[in-house]
Amino acid sequence: MIKSIGKYFIFLGTLFTNRESFKTYARLFIDESVKIGTDSVVLITIVSVFMGAVTTIQTAYNLVSPLIPNYVVALVVRDMVLLELAPTIIGIIFAGKVGSNIAGELGTMRITEQIDALEVMGINSASYLVLPKLLATLFTYPLLVIFSAFLSLLGGYVAADFTGVITTQDYTFGIQNQLNEFMVIFAMIKAFVFAFLVSTISSFMGYFTTGGALEVGKASTSAVTNSVIAILAADYLLAQLLAEYLVAF
Amino acid sequence: MIEVKNIAKTFGNKQVLKGISAVFKPGQVNMIIGASGTGKSVLLKCIVGLEQPDEGDVLYDNRDFVHATRVAKIEIRREIGMLFQGAALFDSKNVEENVRFPLDVLTEMPLDEKCDRVNNVLSRVGLANANKLMPSELSGGMKKRVGIARALVNNSKYLFCDEPNSGLDPQTSILIDNLIKDLTDEFKTTTVVVSHDMNSVMEIGDYIMFMYQGHKVWDGTKEEIIEAKEKAFNDFVFANNLMRTLKEQMQ
Repeated sequence: MIKSIGKYFIFLGTLFTNRESFKTYARLFIDESVKIGTDSVVLITIVSVFMGAVTTIQTAYNLVSPLIPNYVVALVVRDMVLLELAPTIIGIIFAGKVGSNIAGELGTMRITEQIDALEVMGINSASYLVLPKLLATLFTYPLLVIFSAFLSLLGGYVAADFTGVITTQDYTFGIQNQLNEFMVIFAMIKAFVFAFLVSTISSFMGYFTTGGALEVGKASTSAVTNSVIAILAADYLLAQLLAEYLVAF
Repeated sequence: MIEVKNIAKTFGNKQVLKGISAVFKPGQVNMIIGASGTGKSVLLKCIVGLEQPDEGDVLYDNRDFVHATRVAKIEIRREIGMLFQGAALFDSKNVEENVRFPLDVLTEMPLDEKCDRVNNVLSRVGLANANKLMPSELSGGMKKRVGIARALVNNSKYLFCDEPNSGLDPQTSILIDNLIKDLTDEFKTTTVVVSHDMNSVMEIGDYIMFMYQGHKVWDGTKEEIIEAKEKAFNDFVFANNLMRTLKEQMQ
């Protein structure tokens, strides 16, 4: 375990040494951004809309009290979406889709000697293959989180309108009421941290695959499992570290 | 010229290479032969730097490779072309992009010039009209030829081939062998081929090195094979009828 963690940090170090020209990475960055970001939009849209809708309905049915105004339902939904659902739940889904894809791709390249071919050419294979994925994930995942938050709130609005659990006026008022702007910053910090963890852990698992097709499958599974555990652990740590700022803001 | 001096490599408790030394001359096809599991591929990986030997040196034209800095290693590696056993073509790129890849990443050459070089080298390996094909659309022999084209597009001084005939039919094997020989003569590369195919050895081998259980047991030219006395070498070489018949005829 300790050995693997050490190897992971050495691996991170190799990403930034003996890099190729900026032009090489620019092209790869765009390709990876499309593959990682754009290709995840449909999945993120479906999950986010339903997540917002279900949260609104569940919250409305659990906050039945004459003392609590209806708009509080929307306020709770907004806080849940910004603090946890958009960055963390989407992060877990992102780890499943993108993490397994990255590990599978790199694992296949390893067992078919494509990574060796890069090394023999004098190219830093870790940097060439992983750095664009890391940068593309750091760029696209926060955008996906913003997109997801918007769609979740929209999903909540549609659910409120469709089911009538609260009025759309109450919902619109609630999501704007008492907004702590640090929540958005908090969500973005989480997005960057989770993006880093998913891309580097998945790349690490795929890059060091040994064996054959069976091991590529195992690497993909390990990438998702380890990324999800890392996301949850980081979520807890960030909550501990930043919650007091949330209160103070 | 590549000099290998006293290379040793151990994995866990198993010593795979036990003090291998050899000199591979330019303009020659140097063949490393031996049965499966004798350490041929590990030796090749130590020479190109994919494995770090525990002991010994590898010199590329008197430049130390094993103990060189990462930057110096990269400089030497940029003079190396390698054909892998499975060709190791990049799945997401077509034939032209695969062959052009070293030029795209390692040079500042204008696109026109790069395309000219790619087309030249592809026609040289007999794949003049295959530019837009994807690796999944190629046969085993075509993949190997694209691999050779990619290895040579950057005017490599050193060409390494890891079992170039594996998985190929006899006709395609001969085609690949002849291509390696012709390109070595034409570009005066120092070519090192790992193989266990005696037909290839007799067809194109200029210098032959036989490995057995991690040791270099015999080396010499193909004309000297008949005279060799080492049992392990004779057991390997004359395992097939063709070679036995050839020996009987020569004797």
